[in-house]
Amino acid sequence: MASFTLNINGTKQEVDLDPTTPMLWVLRDHIKLVGTKYGCGIAQCGACTIHLDGNAVRSCQLPVSSIGDKEITTIEGLSENGNHPVQKAWLEIDVPQCGYCQAGQIMTASALLKQNPNPSDTEIETAMNGNICRCGTYTRIKKAVKIAANSANA
Amino acid sequence: MTLIKTKIGRRAFIRTTTLASGGLVLGFNWLASCKNKTEEEILAMPKEWFEMNSYLKIGDNGVVSIYTPNPEFGQNIRTSMPMIVAEELDIDWKNVVVEQAPYHAEKYGMQFTGGSRGIMTRWEPLRMAGASARHMLVAAAAEAWQVPAEEITTENGVLYHKTSEKSAAYGEMASAAAKITIPEDVQLKEVRDFKIIGKSHKNVDAKRIVTGEPMFGLDYQKEGMLIAMIEHPPAFGMTLKSVDNSAAKAMPGIKDVVAIKSFKDGYEKGGFDTNAFPEIVAIVGNSTWEVLQAKKKLKVEWKPIAAYSETIAGFRGKETKNIPAGLESSASHKAKMEELSSRPGKIVREDGDPAKAFKNAAKVIERTYSAPFLAHNCMEPMNAFAHVEGDKAQIAAPIQIPSLIVPTIASGLGIPAENIAMEMPRMGGGFGRKAYAHYVVEAALISQKVNAPVKLVYTREDDMTNGIYRPAYQATYRAALDQNNNLTALHVKAGGIPESPLFANRFPAGALDNYLAEEWSIDSNITIGAFRAPRSNFMAGAEQSFLDEVAEASGKDPIQFRLDLLKRAKENPVGEQNDYDAERYAGVLELLREKSDWNQTPANVHRGVSAYFCHNSYAAHVLDIRMEEGKPVVEKVVCAIDCGIVVNPDAATNMAEGAITDGIGNAFFGELTFKDGVPQKTNFHQYQMIRMSDAPKEIEVHFVANEIAPTGMGEPPFPPIFGAVANALYKATGQRHYRQPFVTEKQIVG
Repeated sequence: MASFTLNINGTKQEVDLDPTTPMLWVLRDHIKLVGTKYGCGIAQCGACTIHLDGNAVRSCQLPVSSIGDKEITTIEGLSENGNHPVQKAWLEIDVPQCGYCQAGQIMTASALLKQNPNPSDTEIETAMNGNICRCGTYTRIKKAVKIAANSANA
Repeated sequence: MTLIKTKIGRRAFIRTTTLASGGLVLGFNWLASCKNKTEEEILAMPKEWFEMNSYLKIGDNGVVSIYTPNPEFGQNIRTSMPMIVAEELDIDWKNVVVEQAPYHAEKYGMQFTGGSRGIMTRWEPLRMAGASARHMLVAAAAEAWQVPAEEITTENGVLYHKTSEKSAAYGEMASAAAKITIPEDVQLKEVRDFKIIGKSHKNVDAKRIVTGEPMFGLDYQKEGMLIAMIEHPPAFGMTLKSVDNSAAKAMPGIKDVVAIKSFKDGYEKGGFDTNAFPEIVAIVGNSTWEVLQAKKKLKVEWKPIAAYSETIAGFRGKETKNIPAGLESSASHKAKMEELSSRPGKIVREDGDPAKAFKNAAKVIERTYSAPFLAHNCMEPMNAFAHVEGDKAQIAAPIQIPSLIVPTIASGLGIPAENIAMEMPRMGGGFGRKAYAHYVVEAALISQKVNAPVKLVYTREDDMTNGIYRPAYQATYRAALDQNNNLTALHVKAGGIPESPLFANRFPAGALDNYLAEEWSIDSNITIGAFRAPRSNFMAGAEQSFLDEVAEASGKDPIQFRLDLLKRAKENPVGEQNDYDAERYAGVLELLREKSDWNQTPANVHRGVSAYFCHNSYAAHVLDIRMEEGKPVVEKVVCAIDCGIVVNPDAATNMAEGAITDGIGNAFFGELTFKDGVPQKTNFHQYQMIRMSDAPKEIEVHFVANEIAPTGMGEPPFPPIFGAVANALYKATGQRHYRQPFVTEKQIVG
């Protein structure tokens, strides 16, 4: 067991746990932020995507001991009131079906647009290929990413 | 106006106050806190609610709360079902809040999410729920104003009496209306008067989804709740022998390690009690990570099962199933399927004289198609919350058919079924898998053993290797052609492990003078079950690929070839029982031909067409493929569907897009093989799922406009896409594709 002070969505959080615990389970079991989803546990599906200092990372493969003072952003902290351009685009297109993967999709898409505000179709595909949507909403996701890019650049 | 007797849905119009007891007695309501709208988005919440019937209550300020009866797994019935109620109630959609009804057989009948039956079976009861509440509001106003009820009109939640210039909002009349007797007859709207149905409405849960609010089964939390995981046999055909729990139990945060048995001896299973591993070990602890670590330390010995027979009481009555012993492999499955394919099968339908037609044929085409086992791979793995206290149990689980697992839970726990309360959180995908709720039974048994609230969580590996899989199938088609290349007979022989996929009375049966359908099956101890459009998801691909090949041999355009057969089936059908409506079937093909601009194939793409009838609806696709470095890229899919009235068009479009993408993924990559009973894929590094780069670049969905009551929507667009993929691949490569998966190249990314 070890103590960690984590910076999650702009708030300091103290946790005392096994240092090998992945951030996914720290968030879900200990901080009770369950928007970040478990899908595979081996960084193959993207459901657990969070931002670490603004970069999209798979939290299921990220031990709490590796975080240090880096800033963690989860889907709950992406915006004040669901009004991040990516979230707004998701609502405009009505992307979700079951919705389980969508937090991860949104976290990957928002990190992509931060680094590349005008991604091409191929760049969107490359960035989003790590996120599985079993319901098959990919055409809507791609459309929403483009709308978010345009609205942020407007 | 259509006058409909309410008696059909009588049980749906019970008011809670009239119930002696019910599932709500135990009263816990995690989902009630999960409303779809924030308070500032609706009128201020009412001070008092008035229950009109089990589907809706009206607040004193006019807010209407509508219970959506069936579990949600992404088909968006949490929006479309309340839309149907709101339409007949005649209210403004912005004043509606949606709540998920809990499991309650007396109030809601079969709360079944599956078989594309949700909207179809709820269509009339939901309309009547809205219409009868409207009737009660009108009656209350008539009494208050002392005017005839027939002179009262409604619009957007307001009652009007024109001549006396009186008006009242529903909220003002709700208290009096709730005291009115529920009517025997109600008037339903004419389709042309619909204001809500048929117009796209946004998903009521979208805001909560994109902000990551708790709503899925896996998100369930309760004070004092423990986490449980399972250890199940490594291979089908094995069961628990003994467990040494000492090392696992000594791990940090671990509360207990227990063996559980899902069925009491002699328990008669229902059709959805499928469970390969009824005896397993559960590890219970404080947190998921701690339980995962302890799971690795668990020492369990397994032993082979003996062959057995069991009687299953399913929808089709009692059936006996034979479960063989042994550790099965895909290589021996393949050999057995080839063998059964070469022998005469069980004749299911025979029209005319197929033997003679084949004997006299100028040309015979024979082709064999196969497809492997598939894992459902819902993004949310199996999980369930259970809290058993004495003779009562609270359950919250992602589940497609709650009523069918309640008897199993009750038997397993040894408590009365009426003491089980169940909530159905949103499912992170289902696709048929969550119709088999053995994981809910397991959670309940674990909670009883450790005497604590427990959330059971399957790892992805548990989920993929403890499946209720789509069976492996094989079908051989033969066509007889005369000297003029006219199709004179068709013979299909289909089978699978462990069930036949055949639908003998579907197209092209009925369109051919000489037709023979045979089937076979091979017993197996690998558990199988419904997977989006069961059986159809294989037969459509095989049949539609074969018809494409026959059309080509006949020198006919593939759409015109199908239309000619359908014309025959409509005008002069062969046989007494043909399951499909040839006119509706032809209708989707005609719409597709027009919308896809069929006669003008765009440059650089290769087109495949396919159509199918299942789940009471018709769907057809034109799929355009472009080859890029030897790899197929799906440029565009144009889809035409006849599912009757489309309640929420954009949501239905989304579902069709998903079915198309899902189908392309499974046609390209879907496969689970076995070696000595062991599933050869355990997670997404091995099991290739479709990802964005393989999804169609564009999808266009068109609906046939008609006034037919809604039929299935979630499944029908899925099966025919397999044929469209195969037929486009043929055009692109010159090679016919007979064995799924069609694209074997590994493209796993992380």
